[in-house]
Amino acid sequence: MRFYRALLRLYPSSFRGEYGQEMCAIFADRLRGKRGFLATRRLEIDALADVLPNAIRSHMDLLRQDLRYTARGLTGAWGFTVTAILVVALGIGATTAAFSITDHVLIRPLPFPRSQDLIALWENQPHRGISRMELSPGNFRDWKRLSTSFESMGACSTFSMNLVGTGSPERLDMAYVTWDLFPTLGVAASAGRIFTAGDDSPGAPGTVILSDRLWRSLFVADPHVLGRKVILNGDPYEVIGIMPGSFRYPERETQFWTPFRFAEDAFTDRTNTYLSVVGRLRRGVSLARARAEMQVVAKEVEREHPKENARTGATVGRLHDELSRQSRLLLTVLFAASLGVLLISCTNLANLLLVRALGRRHEFAVRLALGAGRERVIRQLVTESLVIAVVGGALGVGLALAAGPLMVKLVPDALPIAQTPPVDLRLLGFAAFVTVATALAFGVLPAIRVCGEAASAGLQAAARAGEGRRTEALRGALVIAEVAASVALLIGSGLLIRALWRLKDVDPGFRSDGVLALRTELPLPKYEKTDLRIRFYDQVLSEVRGLPGVSGAGYVSALPMLWRGGIWPISLAGEPPDPADARMVSVRYVTPGYFMAMKIPLLAGRDVASTDTQKSPFVAVVSESFVRRWWPGENPIARGFRVASDDRRVVGVAGDVRVRGLERESEPQVYLPAPQVADGDIIGYIPKDLVVRSSVATSTLLPSIRAIVEKADPQQPISDVRMVAEILEAETAPRSVQARVLAGFAATALVLAGVGIHGLLAFGVSQRTREIGVRLALGAQSSEILSMVLRRGILLATAGIAAGVTIAYGAGHAMKALLAGVSPADAATFAAAGAASFSMVILGCLFPALRAVRISPMTAIRSE
Amino acid sequence: MRHEIEPSSLLPLPPATFHILIAIAEEDRHGYAIIQEVAARTRGEVRLGAGTLYRSIQRMLEQGLIIEVRERPAPEQDDERRRYYRITEFGRDVAKAEARRLAQLVRLARASGFVAPQG
Repeated sequence: MRFYRALLRLYPSSFRGEYGQEMCAIFADRLRGKRGFLATRRLEIDALADVLPNAIRSHMDLLRQDLRYTARGLTGAWGFTVTAILVVALGIGATTAAFSITDHVLIRPLPFPRSQDLIALWENQPHRGISRMELSPGNFRDWKRLSTSFESMGACSTFSMNLVGTGSPERLDMAYVTWDLFPTLGVAASAGRIFTAGDDSPGAPGTVILSDRLWRSLFVADPHVLGRKVILNGDPYEVIGIMPGSFRYPERETQFWTPFRFAEDAFTDRTNTYLSVVGRLRRGVSLARARAEMQVVAKEVEREHPKENARTGATVGRLHDELSRQSRLLLTVLFAASLGVLLISCTNLANLLLVRALGRRHEFAVRLALGAGRERVIRQLVTESLVIAVVGGALGVGLALAAGPLMVKLVPDALPIAQTPPVDLRLLGFAAFVTVATALAFGVLPAIRVCGEAASAGLQAAARAGEGRRTEALRGALVIAEVAASVALLIGSGLLIRALWRLKDVDPGFRSDGVLALRTELPLPKYEKTDLRIRFYDQVLSEVRGLPGVSGAGYVSALPMLWRGGIWPISLAGEPPDPADARMVSVRYVTPGYFMAMKIPLLAGRDVASTDTQKSPFVAVVSESFVRRWWPGENPIARGFRVASDDRRVVGVAGDVRVRGLERESEPQVYLPAPQVADGDIIGYIPKDLVVRSSVATSTLLPSIRAIVEKADPQQPISDVRMVAEILEAETAPRSVQARVLAGFAATALVLAGVGIHGLLAFGVSQRTREIGVRLALGAQSSEILSMVLRRGILLATAGIAAGVTIAYGAGHAMKALLAGVSPADAATFAAAGAASFSMVILGCLFPALRAVRISPMTAIRSE
Repeated sequence: MRHEIEPSSLLPLPPATFHILIAIAEEDRHGYAIIQEVAARTRGEVRLGAGTLYRSIQRMLEQGLIIEVRERPAPEQDDERRRYYRITEFGRDVAKAEARRLAQLVRLARASGFVAPQG
């Protein structure tokens, strides 16, 4: 019998209340006729088969009924319906958009099998403040040999190469890899094969694997590309495989891969560090164990090579955690803010539903009096809020998708994932979850509250009474929460905008306006000899300088902010060498005219000159900070120092440049004359970036430059054409996207809070029409009525602003790292946000207050 | 009760509904009695479950095919918990329409040789 009673719980309670007892009686009758265990179980199974489908159908009947009723109710109240749906859409849209990016970057596992076992390995030198440094091939080989925690280990290094496949040469981002990298990542080719140990041995013929993107674009998805020869930097390579479209490694835009084919001498120089290493943990080995083992391994390698590996340890972390702290914080703040918007829109929805339900109290009282169960009425109200939430949620997902192109700028380039987050079941599931949770959490509360009141107050009272004290308090609290959240969002986005402004005000050390940059990376071994390169630069530069509108042109080995490497130790003349190599500088090779083109001021001495050659004394131009740090108050000209195993004399002092970007301190800079680069290849030090300052449009300038380069070397590709201003903009792009999105959230929140206050007070006034009428009739002044209405609004606003300021202060501290030095308690921002929300509140109060004043005593009293 | 809807708009009736209408065509019955009546009339072939019965009853009440009656039989035969159901005029109309529909079907079946002519 207990079994059957439990079964009946499956029915809607209204049905159970109506027929439950009789059904139990029937079951009891049947039970009496049965003897024995089996017969009883048979009966129970029959009962289950009978009750289950019928219970479901009963629920569906009710749902159909409620939906019909809801549709009628909602189409009859367009103002309410549209407002409620928009409010929900904004909240769910904001949250879904923020979730899609946050999930894509922070939460989702990387797109490799057993990706949690993939580990990034770096060298570190804590005494030099370096926590992550690439490995030298020698150290990589030793680490791999000596460690046991890893199933396999592979390495790669990103670069760019000139590829001649079909027609004109192209400069493409690529990666050199060790043959075991792909197996370590657990990926296979979608066509052809991946590299073998044989492909990666010295003297092996050149092989290349194409990315899906490159295969589709450059080779127009040619199915016969496997086995074809392409020319990379002048040498033939055979295409042996194509990777799947989802494979991006180590960076998003890596176009193809080719093995290192290390010669034995590559392993000797342990100070030449350029390998990014990834390992796959053996099953059952913990990260902590691998970390501990690698410290031992690093010590062992240090013992074998005490000089080059002095105080070199191992940094071991999951590949997925390689994201910069700032990117992480940027997204966390964004997601938190979106939850704020969601909270505000939910409270607004709750308030709207509450007001609507209060207005229908009479109707509910009637239904209750006619015998509808409370559960039926609540169910009806919840169905209504579900319908609103589902329509609003669908609209919100649409909004989130529309915001996609803006939001994708927050996905860091250096992650091996697609830029655009996938729109899949996971995202839609999240949106659906938020939608349903919103509807239930914020729909049930008003329903229960109002239903309870309608039931207790009875018909008469429900029709006439003002809103209950407790309901009023609840609505007040909701409005306070809205104001608080909107103030917190306003302050948060205000702080970020201030930080953005501050960064945009930072002097990069050069003037970017009107400077075009492009890359002509001279391939080796063709340009093995420095003389040959200099001839190319001279010809290109002299012709470019002759173009109309051009006021300066020069070459540099790497533009500031784009490449943050090139950090070398120096030792000062007349001083013992610094054992800890604590004196680090940022080294660039430049041609004459680079400073002028970039408008980097020359503060003393001269620019590098075409007379500075391999045969003349080795010289350098140093930055102001170099002098300030090491020769304070002294004349630096003609003083000597040693860098990259050459002694150099200072011939000039240039202004400081923010090489490492606007947000970080940079090492002092050292500029060396381009002709004084040794023959052969020091990775990254051959000048390749051409900067041209001009007053004419790029569209006119670029074809002329292309013609000049083609004349100098018809095989030489041009790549990476951009304005230097874009490089500067890219520095702050993620921030400005974040600030824009957050400001959008804050504006939405502000408006929603205003709507909330307005709704609350307008309803209050309409409920008190009679009371206000009586007061006016008894001689109350309009100003008294006005202040009566305003007082409530201002009280709520003050409470909300106080709470919001407190929250914002805490949040500001949590995101201090994003504030670029702006104080989390920045008074101006707080004042502006407070003032903005206060004015919004006043605006929200104004209409209800004015309506209260305009109430005509006679009509108000007569209407009762 | 006047009905705006045509009896034919409810056709075809779910089998359970039709059985219930037949079971209470002659006298008012309570739920359990309906189950027993249906079983008896079909020689035990149709055994309505309580779930099916009451969900059908709920819908039939809404559709106006039956009503609940307050007059009870003599007290000694009555059970407090039991409610009696009576067919309405509309219910009769619907049942007749359904019967006609079924008869029509049987005629068609017979014409095509699916049913042996009655002898």
